[in-house]
Amino acid sequence: MTEGYRRSIEDIEDRTDQIAAAADADLAARAPALADELLAMGEDVLLAWLAAKGQTPTTATAEGFRLLALHRQAARGNPSFNACRETCREAVWHHNLIRLDPAGPDTARNIRLGAMVVRHLALFVGGKLESDGLGEFCCSSRPIRTAEPTPSTPQA
Amino acid sequence: MADGDYKKVAYYPGCALEGSGHAYNASTKAVGKELGLDLVEIENWNCCGAMEVKNIDPKIQTYLSARNLSITEEMGFDTVMAPCNGCYHNLKKAEYDLSHDDASVEVNDRLSKKAGHKTYEPGKVETIHALDWIKKAVGEDEIRRRVKNSLNGIRVANYYGCMYTRPRHIFPEKDKGPGSESTAKPHFMDDILAAAGAQNVDFPLKTACCGGAHSLSDSDTSTKLVLNILTTAEACGADVIATECPTCHTGLEMHQIRAEKVLGRKTNVKILYFTQLLGMALGLSPNRVAVQENFSDARPLLKEKGLA
Repeated sequence: MTEGYRRSIEDIEDRTDQIAAAADADLAARAPALADELLAMGEDVLLAWLAAKGQTPTTATAEGFRLLALHRQAARGNPSFNACRETCREAVWHHNLIRLDPAGPDTARNIRLGAMVVRHLALFVGGKLESDGLGEFCCSSRPIRTAEPTPSTPQA
Repeated sequence: MADGDYKKVAYYPGCALEGSGHAYNASTKAVGKELGLDLVEIENWNCCGAMEVKNIDPKIQTYLSARNLSITEEMGFDTVMAPCNGCYHNLKKAEYDLSHDDASVEVNDRLSKKAGHKTYEPGKVETIHALDWIKKAVGEDEIRRRVKNSLNGIRVANYYGCMYTRPRHIFPEKDKGPGSESTAKPHFMDDILAAAGAQNVDFPLKTACCGGAHSLSDSDTSTKLVLNILTTAEACGADVIATECPTCHTGLEMHQIRAEKVLGRKTNVKILYFTQLLGMALGLSPNRVAVQENFSDARPLLKEKGLA
């Protein structure tokens, strides 16, 4: 469903900005296609992360969505990646909202919010790729120097 | 000494509430007093280790939090309330590690003996957040009864940040069905502020990362993450983002200013601690809940809504 989209994180930031700024009528007119495009961009963000880590991305789905399966794969052994778990789920939720009722009165709003959610995913993962050597985000329990012994533990 | 309903609990403000989060400290105490709740500050408490110590040596961080829990127990309390997400998270993590990791138990015991205080044993003290405290000690019905200045007309995006719910395994009391907090869609702040009359908006980034840990090491990433949170809240129709963590709050305020300066992106949504909003709903003045200390100046909005 989503092959062929593969965009860089920078491109995704730009594209989600465009979508968020578009007029309601323009968004509503292309609702199903935009719903799929947003979901695909979410997948591309995680594919960029997995590629940077040298991992082969799964083609499986979780709860019917490859995005959620890719998130599970990326989070394995990397606790702070769970900080974008709910963002991924919100991306799926907005995709479903748009797809469920593409002609509905809230469709343009849902597309706009879906774009902002995907943008957040892109910013978070992009930030993690940049800051990998600087240490983890707040909710991680992993120390910076996992490969080193912990000489700082004082002896009684 | 705690009576099981959180009416009187030990209070761990943590370092941030004595500095950048002073308004959270003042408003938390003011709300507690107004609601007849008793907070007894932990004597001679120490830093929980925040993010920094944990990133270098998690067992030292566990000890630092365990020491605060040990003092809480020695003061005769079985419950400690921590309003800061970082402190709350670290106390919870210490509790978990001391229950599941023998090496952490050994280091904690060794350092406690060296420091000359009782070694904390898991299960002796329950750690709660300020949201648990208000929700369970008072509850929505009582809040509705006590409201003097309804927040009616104020549209609120409730922002919980990342550490209130993550990682899920250190919060065993959450996700237990009706009445319990959800890690995927937290709602305690929504519930409390709705009881005070606020109109909560459906905010999809309520637990999204604000880049707090990299505020200094990678400010641009933090600014972009915060700007996205602010613009999303505005797209949801929010007048105010309610916070329950000093790190999140400061990050939102500072990067709101930085986004305008560096990226030329101005946002108008105001940022207030949930305790400030609740306090004003209970009839406390904006000054009493330290609204004037916020960088994000909500006073014109509060005046427009009849709260100031």
